[in-house]
Amino acid sequence: MKHLFGIAELSAERIRHLLSISASMQGINRRSIKKAPALRGKTVINLFFENSTRTRTSFEIAGKRLSADVINISASTSATKKGESLLDTGQTLAAMQPHALVIRHSLAGCCHFLADFLPHTSIINAGDGAHEHPTQVLTDLLTIEQALGTTITGKVMTMVGDIAHSRVARSHLLAAQKLGYHIRLVAPKTLLPVQVERFGCSVSHDFDEAIEGSDIVYMLRVQNERLASACCFPSVREYHETYGLHRQRLARAGDHCLVMHPGPMNRGVEIATDVADSLQSRVLEQVENGVAVRMAVLTECIMHRDAAAAEAAENEDEDDED
Amino acid sequence: MPEIIFDDQQVRKSLKRMAKAMADDEVYLVGIRRGGSRLANALQKRLRKQGVTVWRGDLDISFYRDDLEQTSLHPVVHSSELTEDISGRHIWLVDDVLFTGRTIRAALDELFDYGRPASVSLAVLIDRGGRELPIQPDLVGLQYTAPEDALIDLHIEKDHEGKSRWRVTQRAR
Repeated sequence: MKHLFGIAELSAERIRHLLSISASMQGINRRSIKKAPALRGKTVINLFFENSTRTRTSFEIAGKRLSADVINISASTSATKKGESLLDTGQTLAAMQPHALVIRHSLAGCCHFLADFLPHTSIINAGDGAHEHPTQVLTDLLTIEQALGTTITGKVMTMVGDIAHSRVARSHLLAAQKLGYHIRLVAPKTLLPVQVERFGCSVSHDFDEAIEGSDIVYMLRVQNERLASACCFPSVREYHETYGLHRQRLARAGDHCLVMHPGPMNRGVEIATDVADSLQSRVLEQVENGVAVRMAVLTECIMHRDAAAAEAAENEDEDDED
Repeated sequence: MPEIIFDDQQVRKSLKRMAKAMADDEVYLVGIRRGGSRLANALQKRLRKQGVTVWRGDLDISFYRDDLEQTSLHPVVHSSELTEDISGRHIWLVDDVLFTGRTIRAALDELFDYGRPASVSLAVLIDRGGRELPIQPDLVGLQYTAPEDALIDLHIEKDHEGKSRWRVTQRAR
């Protein structure tokens, strides 16, 4: 695996492999000296064109814990401000010979696009527009499977909120088809993409009904300022009543049901504060596991890149002998 | 076909001798996954029979290897588990087959990321020669000089009565 563009390109087997490596990375994160030499001498550039604290910090810590040199660039401090194009920024950074570029951008497909022009750099998607956010979904899968103690296959995940703008939702819908879990989407029609059922999920507008029998409730962030003014729903309070997760509603699913959120949470909008802080909430475990998953992804991508380069060099040597 | 170089009886005899040589009030065994861990389990069982208090840990050296760039990660990577503080302890590092010494180098590196042991000794079941680093075992079960391109494997199988049977084989690479 040279690049990680999205869940779409991964086989079920590859996802399992990444989760298994992630699990072994957890040990490094929990001991007192949190460093292993696996990526010593490797350079990772985090290129973030959108605001992010957790994903960027998570990738930064992941790289550093494996001894890589990590450089962070955010759009507000980059030459993009001066009008440089994405391709020029990518090529400029690639000319400095990093091993991997971790990219977040508002443009769907920007990772594919850059990979075509940067043959020697591993490109890792940290969220591209409303397209995919693969490391978040791998993190969720690791958290769910460890919390349940079994694989996710056959489990029911109810996902609620702004599906239309969510790259996490899209990556989960793809992962669900590969790993065999069922997703129930709950959202007002204004926040649902058309024909989303084609992903094999079910769609409902009644949260109370959908939550029954769920193993996981996955709440998505509502960009309340933006969406309320765009008339996607009448008011934040009404949204909270209809599509928010509160104690009584969660009780319908039972005590075993996991509560998840990719963050940042809007307390009192999509999730009530007592639910967010309850024992059923796995939100902080998601953050913790995010580091291990990103360590695994960086290792897989960078090591593959070097293994492929070594192989190419070897083949060249053989050609010389002929 | 792999050729058997040591049979069950020979392995058992040397395990017994190794456990005897290790015996102390308390013994700290750290196995290198996966062969070394199995060997450490066997030693632990024998040491406990002698009334020794045994503490066990395991190391997976996947992320400390010096050839990570040439080989991709093994499909199954296990976690290292050293739950107790190793600082100030006398540690026995345990592996099944000692060859180039590179695994031991990696294991020492990882071990020191968990703490500062008082001392580290190396116990291996089979020393097959072919060292590439200045690393020597403190306790050896079976000595064997193998051709450089041979692969030496330790097998543990359960027979129909549930009793484990040990076997060391040699095969061509």
